Amino acid sequence: MLTKLKGGKVYDPANQVNGEVRDLYVRDGRIVAAPVHDERTHCEYDLTGHIVMAGAIDLHTHIGGGKVNIARAMLPEDHRRDIVARTSLTRSGCGHAAPATLTTGYRYAEMGYTACFEPAVLPMNARQAHMEMGDTPIVDKGGYALLGSDDFLLKMIAAKSDQKAINDYVAWTLNSSHCIGIKVVNPGGISAFKFNQRAMDLDEDHSYYQVTPRQILTVLARALSDLGVPHPLHVHGCNLGVPGNVATTLETVKAAEGLPMHLTHIQFHSYGTEGDRKFSSGAARVAEAINQNKNISTDVGQIMFGQTVTASGDSMTQFRNAPFGRPKKWVVMDIECDAGCGVVPFRYRDTNFVNALQWAIGLEIFLMVSDPWRIFITTDHPNGAPFMSYPHLIKLLMDKTYRNSMLDTINPDAAAESTLASLTREYSLYEIAIMTRAAPAKILGLTDRGHLGPGAGADITVYSDDADKQKMFAQPRYVFKDGELVVQNGKITKVSWGNTHVVKPEYDKSIEQPLKTYFERYQTMRMDNFKISDDEMQEFGHANKLLSHPCRKQT
Amino acid sequence: MWDEVPCPFCGLVCDDLRITTHSGKLEVIANGCPISSRAFATLSLSEPAAPQIAGKTASLDNAAAAVADFLGNAKQPLVAGLGTDVAGMRALMQLADRIGAVVDHMNSVYLMSNILALQDSGWVTTTLSELKNRVDLLVLAGTDVTSRFPRFFERYVWNRDHLFVSNAREVVYLGRGLDTQAGTAPDGRKPTVIACDITRIGEVAGALRCLIAGRQLQATRIAGVPLQELQKLAARMQAARYGVLAWAAADFDFKHAELAVQSLCGLVNDLNRSTRFCGLPLGGNEGDVTANQVCTWQCGFPVRTGFASGGPYYDPRHFSAERMLRENEADALLWVSSFNEKNTPPETSVPVAVLGRRGMKFRKEPRVYIPVATPGVDHSGHIYRTDNVVALPLRKLRESALPSVAQVAAEIEKVLESR
Repeated sequence: MLTKLKGGKVYDPANQVNGEVRDLYVRDGRIVAAPVHDERTHCEYDLTGHIVMAGAIDLHTHIGGGKVNIARAMLPEDHRRDIVARTSLTRSGCGHAAPATLTTGYRYAEMGYTACFEPAVLPMNARQAHMEMGDTPIVDKGGYALLGSDDFLLKMIAAKSDQKAINDYVAWTLNSSHCIGIKVVNPGGISAFKFNQRAMDLDEDHSYYQVTPRQILTVLARALSDLGVPHPLHVHGCNLGVPGNVATTLETVKAAEGLPMHLTHIQFHSYGTEGDRKFSSGAARVAEAINQNKNISTDVGQIMFGQTVTASGDSMTQFRNAPFGRPKKWVVMDIECDAGCGVVPFRYRDTNFVNALQWAIGLEIFLMVSDPWRIFITTDHPNGAPFMSYPHLIKLLMDKTYRNSMLDTINPDAAAESTLASLTREYSLYEIAIMTRAAPAKILGLTDRGHLGPGAGADITVYSDDADKQKMFAQPRYVFKDGELVVQNGKITKVSWGNTHVVKPEYDKSIEQPLKTYFERYQTMRMDNFKISDDEMQEFGHANKLLSHPCRKQT
Repeated sequence: MWDEVPCPFCGLVCDDLRITTHSGKLEVIANGCPISSRAFATLSLSEPAAPQIAGKTASLDNAAAAVADFLGNAKQPLVAGLGTDVAGMRALMQLADRIGAVVDHMNSVYLMSNILALQDSGWVTTTLSELKNRVDLLVLAGTDVTSRFPRFFERYVWNRDHLFVSNAREVVYLGRGLDTQAGTAPDGRKPTVIACDITRIGEVAGALRCLIAGRQLQATRIAGVPLQELQKLAARMQAARYGVLAWAAADFDFKHAELAVQSLCGLVNDLNRSTRFCGLPLGGNEGDVTANQVCTWQCGFPVRTGFASGGPYYDPRHFSAERMLRENEADALLWVSSFNEKNTPPETSVPVAVLGRRGMKFRKEPRVYIPVATPGVDHSGHIYRTDNVVALPLRKLRESALPSVAQVAAEIEKVLESR
């Protein structure tokens, strides 16, 4: 069956198409070249006057796994503000800060997103992450396996194991947990917290292993590079939220030693200590470092004002920040000699100096990082704000007048501390398409997503053009997932289940010998029960497809 | 013969069992315990496998249609028991959403004590592998642990291998009348027993919090315990490098046990100001953690959630299935217990359908009984451990003609959908 999307204004940066009027053709879930002969089109959509982009990709959103479900369980009062009723097509659920899996999928799709990546899959909890993502409809999913505070790796680094053995362990972890990348959170710090260490800077020793976060970052970034995994090491750095952490962040850029590295929710890591309140913006210095180091990419983790919940693997930081949380309840967990987590509800207030400046810092970074291929739109859902605030965030980036009118409403001392008012940049639709489609696909190694060229999976979002970009991005006219119309006028018309993106780098199977012994002696499950099989993945995901992306050939 | 078999019959989900099968009969030959040995051995193949409508043999199609008849027409149906695996719970949630049912687990009365404490103040907790490798002071609050979790000490407390060299482990029991035998170390060291009244364990936690905060207490005895004993315990807890305070809400058989859980969690929080200390809620039997996890991710709320109004509505007190039946607030019951044939539905006059483990005996014949396969024996699946983190893959150990809970729920839904 051939479908024609006729006459839309196409923004497809991966193929250098910038707002040209074009026809697109879709057959069997793929975008195809225009048929040569007068082949019959079975279905035609007139998109005259509409904006056409690939489906959007969120490369950092906490949508599945243990800590997300703790957040859900903890917040019945938040859910009650946004109960979602059942329809003839869709299941009931709830939205806002910690939405139900089903609602998460529907709402991402209704906003024109077709792929979401869970950035903190604890290997010991990977089954849960995949089961939850399996119950997240329509969008494609993938996860980053969390390493860096697991005792197996820390023991290896402390024992100065050779890089090759570490590469094997990293590859084994990716294979057995069915993930597409590796995330490190407060490198070594989650483990250090179990030894009652309360802070750990980049060059500070883990009190037990005598290993520094810098060493952990270097070893993991090297492993991914050696293995040819497309997505660079995904780094949640040391000292999240600590005033003065901008210095740590600049050092972290150096720790990459030129290797690809993704610094996530950078806003939380861009704080100085200037001013009366000893809290200031480090955005300019961070943006400069990113502009100068082409090996570095980032997503912002923008905060928005209102109630949300922070769910993080960073137990050390979450324990420290728990007293600032609202409402007053929080969870911290040590997990399986593997990692940890902390869940703290937060209410960001525009009248609060710190919160208001956090908001401005995020926007400053967006506007000062020059290359949209290396900076991505995230709120670190739900940590900075729920993902539903993306259309509002896009408007802030595209509309200087609107942005400045918002700036006038925040804590005046914070507004005065920020350079935001002097930043005149306005993102174009083409740049937004880069940040939310082409660039995330590129940095994840998804060659057939994030663009509209022949051969791409037909994940397509069509917007009705509107001067109010928030309105435009909140409610697409059509969304196609793998060629099927799933959303019309911002409402679900069909429920499908999406694919799961993974990488399966090769490794030396002999790494399983020490692992098997390690599991038997120290863990509480056996290695073979830990590993997730392909069959299980099918079962979790309503028989969805596992899409395995190639790793670069090792040299 | 099967090796490294995960056992779904208690919340520890030990996965090192060796099991033999002889023409469908199962025997645990290594790493068993009283619970697993009995549970696997009694999974007989001799009881009738066919569904029954009013005690008479019926086809699965007819049985599913009969369930759909009364469940689909009920004004307030209940989907309860919920003794099933992840796939079973997923399917039951979908069914409950369709028919507007209230979902509730047979262990909710205990489970809720933990959930309410979580929702009111949260907690600092740990998991089984951390316990195994780190604990130096284990405090057991109001539970002997072993009667519900037989291999707890063998696997996580008196284990020979651990990653971090630590001092000899110490065990403290809080509570009168507990069987403390398992708390004796392999080298013969006896556990400390602080014989407080278990129903007043929240008070004990409160007193310990005062002592840790450096406050003076006027009372000389708290919950039957001399103050000096608590002073000593408070000092030991503060001196621990990695302490764990475990409780089993099922052993808190008194009203408003959530307040006791909350006090214990508050004590743990306070200890973390200077050292590391973690709570460990013990549960997970009959798939209670599993049911709750799936319910929470699919609709946002824990069990005791109803779907009558179209969207989920959570009410931890009113939506007790037992209470609703007693107060005539429900008019149909679908009862699920695939792990344990002894967990029969509560007595009620409303029509009942049971998806139960084979060989279930009823005091009052349900309208429909569909014998179902047991996850981890008759089919593969997943179940959560007590620590809420690890979900283990359950195996199929033998051929079985019985349908799974997920299959039956889907059959019932299919009938409803076609009408």
